[in-house]
This record gives sequence, structure tokens and C-alpha cells, in this order.
Amino acid sequence: MVSIRDVYHTAELAKIEITEEQAEKFRKEFEKIIDYFNILDEVEEDVEPTFHVLPITNVFRDDVEGECLSQEEALSNATHKEEGYFRGPRVVE
Amino acid sequence: MRIADWKEKVESYGCYDAISEMLERIEKSKLNAYITVCRDEALKMAERYDRGELEGKLAGIPVAVKDNISTKGILTTCASKMLSNYTPVFDAHVIERLKAEGAIIIGKANMDEFGMGTTTETSYYGAVRNPYDLERVAGGSSGGSAAAIAADEAVLSLGSDTGGSIRCPASFCGVYGLKPTYGLVSRYGLIPYANSLEQIGPMADSIDDLALLLEVIAGKDRRDSTNAGRDFKFVPEDRKLRVGVIAEMGGNEEVMRRFSEVVEVIKERHEVKEVSMPSLKYALAAYYIIAMSEASSNLARYDGVRYGFALERLDSWRRYFSKVRAEGFGDEVKRRIMLGSYALSAGYYGKYYLKALKVRTLVIRDFRKAFEECDVLLSPTMPSLPFKIGELADPLTMYKADVNTVPVNLAGVPALSVPVGFERGLPVGLQVIGNYFSENTLLNFGKWLAGRFEEN
Repeated sequence: MVSIRDVYHTAELAKIEITEEQAEKFRKEFEKIIDYFNILDEVEEDVEPTFHVLPITNVFRDDVEGECLSQEEALSNATHKEEGYFRGPRVVE
Repeated sequence: MRIADWKEKVESYGCYDAISEMLERIEKSKLNAYITVCRDEALKMAERYDRGELEGKLAGIPVAVKDNISTKGILTTCASKMLSNYTPVFDAHVIERLKAEGAIIIGKANMDEFGMGTTTETSYYGAVRNPYDLERVAGGSSGGSAAAIAADEAVLSLGSDTGGSIRCPASFCGVYGLKPTYGLVSRYGLIPYANSLEQIGPMADSIDDLALLLEVIAGKDRRDSTNAGRDFKFVPEDRKLRVGVIAEMGGNEEVMRRFSEVVEVIKERHEVKEVSMPSLKYALAAYYIIAMSEASSNLARYDGVRYGFALERLDSWRRYFSKVRAEGFGDEVKRRIMLGSYALSAGYYGKYYLKALKVRTLVIRDFRKAFEECDVLLSPTMPSLPFKIGELADPLTMYKADVNTVPVNLAGVPALSVPVGFERGLPVGLQVIGNYFSENTLLNFGKWLAGRFEEN
């Protein structure tokens, strides 16, 4: 069972504003999808989880200065900017 | 169109005119294969080719690039309103490689929004149409990349495959597509959806062309921490293979009719037997849980501050982020981010996400076992013929269409889709799955099979 409260809670976690109408539509869809996901309850065999398929280790580089984006390039896709900085929304409410 | 045919064209009337002709075809096309067409730059490159200034394995060859692969100075939207104004300031690794080999980027191919779909209908820029029937979908999520090849709107293309996104549209459009082994091709510059599952891969009109493009894009790149650091070289071989037909994968009656005929043809040269992989019953659910969970984390970056869609007025951060994301994302992307957040949230992590990762271990085990007795494994690429536009309106029904393709991504093994004829005038694709880094075996098998179908 997926309740409307679950949908709003998930939307809040995901930081996506939803309308009442959307919430009801998502609720019905999520219920079907999650019901399908519950097929995994049948799996009893306990094995180690696989996060990555290749046996990889971290790649390090030498700690030396390299090329990077210029300030102008880094800001080129931002709508809100000021004096060479990104301008973001208020963080303290 | 194959590279050989393209070269003949260029030989007879020059690259500039050949590219002009292709641009004209794209302009008149009803397929909607492209989001951005790089008209001026492509013509400039063609002129350079005609002056003898372009060199390399792909010199003068027009390539379509899926719009989730970063191209410096060229709009890269992921078919989302969220990135409808985004122009990367760097090239993806694969783009650097294409440029180094003299390729001409003809345009950025349409796709499902952020790669999330099986039909290219979730694109903010509208669905891609199937070249064989305009009322049907081209498949997804690399629908534009596949349709462009089928309709001579490109000679080669790059797609990306998270759960079938190269193989599905290759099957639906009757072209070749390869999902490489995880780690063979650098993901640097691929805008991520589900990192642990996805690979960039080639699409083409022949195996030789597919192999050539793979040679160009595969290889070491330190900027992708999951890169395997291996090169690829296509070496022709002709040997009898042990071929396994996967019992748990199938399709509807029309698809299975074609599939059975193809298997009969394969038996003439190779040893065929049935193999069983019991864990596949759980693969689709496990795949979607993992993909959605990774998506919910990856797509957290879209906050309307550093790049992408933004609102005019900066509000408090909670309201601003939630509103930007409400307006910038389409419904399927919202569904996946929300369901991923759900699967990772307190109380559900063990039941869904961790359980899915355990199923992944079981799927890998089944593949390893199958490859002890087989060189390649077979199934239909898609369980049905190309869908009508609008036919898969229900999300779960759409997810279920990926049943034969997603196990490959869970395990990270390579898989090829080969066109093997038509049913009701619509293309059918055969999926050929190989062991880790066995691309050469896959491509040689694909080439042999293609030869058989061209003879018949």
C-alpha cells in the first residue's frame, strides 16, 4: 500500500514540488510498481551485494596543479551570478 | 548507409555536397531524430576534408551523438527542459576521440529525457518516429541515434545503454548496436543517469562499421574511475561457437517465430543448446530499483543554480529547488527520482536497494555459470515489435519491455543487437550476449550472422 502521505514525503525527500492531482496519479502508479518490486521478497538466498561489477580500486593522481575551467567558463551556464560568483537561493530560512 | 557507401559518394561528388545532401534530408525528415543539427560546423569540416586537411580513421564521416554526451560549445540537453539552455565547456572523452580521428559531428540525437524510457517518448522535444512506420516508436532511449542510421541521416552514431538503450532502438530500427563491457569506454562527459550500469556504445549499419567506431572510442581514460584501461581491436576470426539460448528470455509469438528461424540458421554452423538462468526472474525489479536509486542521487545536482533551467526569482532554497525541479523535469524523471528516494529512504534500504544488489550478485553468478559452457548467449532483443506511439502509457508496462536487456547491465557484460529480418514489415533484433571483454567474439559472430542473412 502506498498512501498519499508516502508520496508527499518522497516528493519532499526528492525536492520536487507536486500538485494534488499529480500526487494521486503518482500514488496509483507507485503502488503498482512497488507491488512488482516486492517480488524480491521471494529471494531467500543471502549473498554479498554487488555495488560495482569490476574489481576496481581508486585512481589517484599526483598532487600537482593541473588545467581546470576558468571562472568565466564555470559561470557560463549560470542564470544568477554576481561579481564572479554563483548566486544561490537563501539558505537560512 | 555504410562507411563504404559514404566513401563512394564522397569520391564522386565531394564531402561538402554529400554533407549538404544529408543536411537537406535531415531538414525534410519526419523522424525527429535530432535535437540540434550542427549545420555550419559540419559543412566547415566537410570543406576541410575536401581540401585534404582532415585525417584519421573516421575522416569525413558524419556521426550523430546522443544528446547526453557533452560536446564543447554545442547545446547538450539530455532531452530535458532542465538542460534546454546548457552548453558544455568541455568535450566528453569519446568526443575528443571522434575529433582526433577526423569525424564530422552532424548533430545531437534525440533521446528519452535523461535516458529514462524505452520509446523516446519521454523527450521534452517530442518522440522519435520509426523509419519503417511513422506511427510507431523508434525505441529508446537512444531513439534518435538509431533512427538517424536507418534513415541515412548519419553514417555512424553514439548511443548510451543503461538497461537496453542502445540495443532496443537498434532492434526497432533494424540497425546494429553494441553495449560494451562495463569499463571499456570512458564515461567522462556522459551526463549520468545510473553510473554503475551505463556505457556509451556504437551504432551503425554494419558490423565492420560498428567495430571501427568501437576501436575509436574504447580505451584508457584516467578521468573515469571505473575505466578498465583496455583498448579494443577487431580481429577477424572464424570458429565454431558454443551458443546458449537463454530459457528465461523470450517474446511474443511474432518475435519468437523469427527468433526460432534464426536459431535454426545458427545451428547449421554452431553448437546450440538451451541454458537456464533462474535469477533472471528477479532481474527486472532489481534493475529498476538500482537504476532509480542511482538516478535519485545523480539528479540531485539539478538545482537551478550552477547550470540548466532556472527561475527568475531566487526564493528560499527549499522552495526554489522544489519549484525548479517541478518545472524542469518531466513525469518519468520525477517518477524515477521519487521511487529511488523511496528505495533508499530509512526503513526501505534493506528491503529494496540492498536486496536488489544481492540479486545482482545472483545474476552475475548465473552469467558466469552460463559462460562456462557457452561462448555467446542468445535472446530476442525486444519481446515485441516496435510499439505504436502512445501504446506504453502505463509506466510498469513500459519497464517490462526491458526484460531481456537489463540483466546484461546488471552483470556488466557486453551485448550486441543484430537485425535479423522483419515481421509484418517491422525489424526484429537478435540479442547476442558475451562474456566480459569478449567484444571480438560478439562482433565476429554478428558478422557471420549478417553474412547469412544477406545471402538469404
